[in-house]
Amino acid sequence: MSAQAEPKQPPSSPVETGTAMTDLTKPVVAADGAGAPSAQPHGANRVEPKVTTTDVKVFYGSSEALHGIQTEIPANQVTALIGPSGCGKSTFLRCLNRMNDTIEGARVTGKILMDGEDIYDKSLDVVLLRARVGMVFQKPNPFPKSIFENIAYGPRIHGLAKSKGELADIVERSLKRAGLWDEVKDRLKEPGTGLSGGQQQRLCIARAIAVSPEVILMDEPCSALDPIATARIEELIDELRRNYTIVIVTHSMQQAARVSQKTCFFHLGDLVEEGDTDQIFTNPRDKRTQDYITGRFG
Amino acid sequence: MATGTADTTIGAARAASPTTQRVQATLARRRAAETRFRLIGLSAVILGIGLVALLFASILSRGLPAFWQATLTLEVYIDPEIVDVSPAPDAAAFDSQAAYEEAFLGWQTELARTNWGRVLRNALLAYLPPEAAESGRAVEGLIASNERFELRALIQEDPGLIGETITFQGLADANIDVWVKGNIDRSLPDDRLPLTSDQRAWVEILLEQGVLTQEFASSLLFNVDSRSSPASAGLAGAFVGSLFMMLIVIVLSVPIGVAAAIYLEEFAPRNRFTDLIEVNINNLAAVPSIVFGLLGAAVFINWFRLPLSAPLVGGLVLTLMTLPTVIIATRSTLRAIPPSIRQAAIGLGASRVQTVAHHVLPLAVPGILTGAIIGVAQALGETAPLLLIGMSAFVAQVPASPMDASTALPVQIYLWQGNELRNFFEARTSAAIIVLLALLLSLNTIAIILRKRFEKRW
Repeated sequence: MSAQAEPKQPPSSPVETGTAMTDLTKPVVAADGAGAPSAQPHGANRVEPKVTTTDVKVFYGSSEALHGIQTEIPANQVTALIGPSGCGKSTFLRCLNRMNDTIEGARVTGKILMDGEDIYDKSLDVVLLRARVGMVFQKPNPFPKSIFENIAYGPRIHGLAKSKGELADIVERSLKRAGLWDEVKDRLKEPGTGLSGGQQQRLCIARAIAVSPEVILMDEPCSALDPIATARIEELIDELRRNYTIVIVTHSMQQAARVSQKTCFFHLGDLVEEGDTDQIFTNPRDKRTQDYITGRFG
Repeated sequence: MATGTADTTIGAARAASPTTQRVQATLARRRAAETRFRLIGLSAVILGIGLVALLFASILSRGLPAFWQATLTLEVYIDPEIVDVSPAPDAAAFDSQAAYEEAFLGWQTELARTNWGRVLRNALLAYLPPEAAESGRAVEGLIASNERFELRALIQEDPGLIGETITFQGLADANIDVWVKGNIDRSLPDDRLPLTSDQRAWVEILLEQGVLTQEFASSLLFNVDSRSSPASAGLAGAFVGSLFMMLIVIVLSVPIGVAAAIYLEEFAPRNRFTDLIEVNINNLAAVPSIVFGLLGAAVFINWFRLPLSAPLVGGLVLTLMTLPTVIIATRSTLRAIPPSIRQAAIGLGASRVQTVAHHVLPLAVPGILTGAIIGVAQALGETAPLLLIGMSAFVAQVPASPMDASTALPVQIYLWQGNELRNFFEARTSAAIIVLLALLLSLNTIAIILRKRFEKRW
C-alpha cells in the first residue's frame, strides 16, 4: 500500500475495511471482531481467546492422531504450531475450519469453540465457518483462472459484493493488503498460475482475506518459497495480525520466533507445551520442547 | 572399442575407484538394453503405422472408384404416344381440396401405369444399330431399372415436358459399371458373363459416342438402399439412421455418464455399495456388445414395446454400451485434477457442488470430451447389437424420425458386403467404409477443436 493509491482512494480507507469485517461477525460477538484492531502488546498478556479447544481428539480410521488437545487461540495474535513431522499440528489446524471433514475416515471429537460457539455443532453450516476461517495451504494453489477471478471468487460465492465496482474494490483492497497490488495491478486478467511461487502464495493470502475472515489458518505457507519470498510473507503476516487472528503451522523455528506471539509445541499427537513465544524459545519448561527447539530431534 | 579407450583415459587420469570400475562394467550392457528397447518400440510404431497405411490404401483404392459410376446421358423424347396421360389436374378447377387430391391421385396412377422403360429404351435405340430394336429387353437392361422412376418423377414435376426432348442423365446398370471399370474377367466364356455379347458391343458403341461416361455418383450419398436396382443403391437411409443414433447416444450417455462419474468420484461415500457399483461399471465396459443387443431386444422392444429397427432403440442400446466408457473416462479425468484445487475452493467456503461446478469440472472438460468421443465413435461403428434389434432389415427410405425403421452405416456395410452382386458391391462396401471413416474423423476433429478451445482456458 504505497504512494500509488490515487485512482481509488476511498474504498481502501480503514473505516470501510472495518465494516466489511463486521459483516460476517456474528451479532453475539460483534464487539470481538471489530473491537481490537489496535496492536496487542507483546509478551505475557491475557487476551480474549478467539478459539478455545477442549479435549480435541482426531481419529483416522481407528488410529488416534491427536490425543485430546486443550488450548486457546488468542484473538489478533499469531499463534505458531510447531513440532516434528507427523506430530499432529496440521491435523489440529485443519480441525479449526473443519477441513478434516473432507478426509475420508477422519473423525473429530471434543469441543472447539469459536467466539463461544461450537464449530462442530450440527446446526452450524460448514460453509459459513469456512467463510469466517480462511486457510492458506503449504503449496501455493491459485485457481487456474485470472488473478482477478482468484480473488473475486470467494466474495462472489458468498455474495459479499453488490456490484461489479464493489467487487473490483474488494479485489484491489485484498491485493493491496497482501502487498501484491503493485506487482499485478496491470495484469489482473492474466492467469494466477503464471506468477512466481512467492507471488502465488501472496495471491492465496489475498484470496483468503478477500472474504474478510476472522481467523486465517496457514499450513506451512513458506515451505515452498525462497528466503526473500518468505521474508515478504512474514512481514505480511505481522501486518495482518492487526485485523485477523492467525494460526500458522511451521517447521522453521526462526519463523515461529519471528512472527508469532504464542507458540504451541506438538509431539506425537500431544500438545506438549504452549505459551508466549518468548518464553517457549528462551525458557522452555518441557525437556522435549527444549530438545526440539535446539535441534536435537525433529 | 570406444568404451575400451574411454576406460584407459579415465584410468590414466586418476586411479578409478572400485565403484567406478563396477559401474563402468555395467554401462555397456545398460546402453545395449536401452538401444534394444528403443529399436523394439520404434519398430512397433512403424509396424502400426504401416498397417494403418495399408488399411487406408486398400480401402481407398477399392472404395474411391465407386464414387464415379457409369452414367448414360441421353436425349430422351417424351413420346406422347407412350406417355398417354390426361393433362395434370389444376387445383383451381376444383371446388374442394379433397376432390383435387382424388383427381391428382388418379393422374399419378396414370403416370405410374405408363411404360417409362419403353421411353428410355427408345432413347437408347437412337444411339444403337437398328437391329438392336429386336432385343428390347437387353437394351432396357443397359440402364438401371430405378431410372424409370426418376424419369417419371421428372415428368410428374413438370408435365409440360410431354412431347419434348430432354437431356436425361441416368445410371447405367450395375453390371455395365463393373464391365466398364474392367472388374469382370473378359476372357470368361460367354455364358458366364453377366452381359450378352450384344450388350457388350452396345457398351462399346455408347462409350465411343460419349453417351456412356463416368460421372460423380451423388446417388451413393443421396439415394436409399435398393435391391431391384443395385446401381442406384445409396447410403442416405443408413447415414441418417446413424446420425439419429449418434444424437441419442450423445444426448443420453454424456450427461448421464458425466453425472454418474461426478457423483461417484466427488460425492459418494466409499463403502461396499459404491465398491460394488464401481466393479460393475468396469465389468459392463467389458461386456460383449452383442449382449447389449439382446438386452435391447428383450427390454426396449419386448417390454417397452418400442418399434423394431428404430434408431431410437439402437440409440438406447448403444447408450447403455457407451455409458461405462464415458463414466470410466470421466472418473479418471476427475481423479487427475489436483486435490489442491478442491482444497482451495473448500477452504474459501465453497460448497461441494460449487467446488465441482466452478473448479473441477472446467478443468475436466477436455478429458471428458475425449472419453465421450471415444465412446460415441465406438458406438457409431458398432454392428452386432443392431442386428439383434432388427436394424439389419432392408429399408428403402430415409427415416424421418428416430421411430422409423432404419439401418445404420456399419450395418449397411455388412449388408452390402453380403450382397450377391459381389463385384459391384465390393467397391460400394469400401465406399461406405470411407463415408463411415470420414464421419468418425470429422467427429474426432470436432472433439480435438473443442478440447483445444477449453484447454486454452488453462
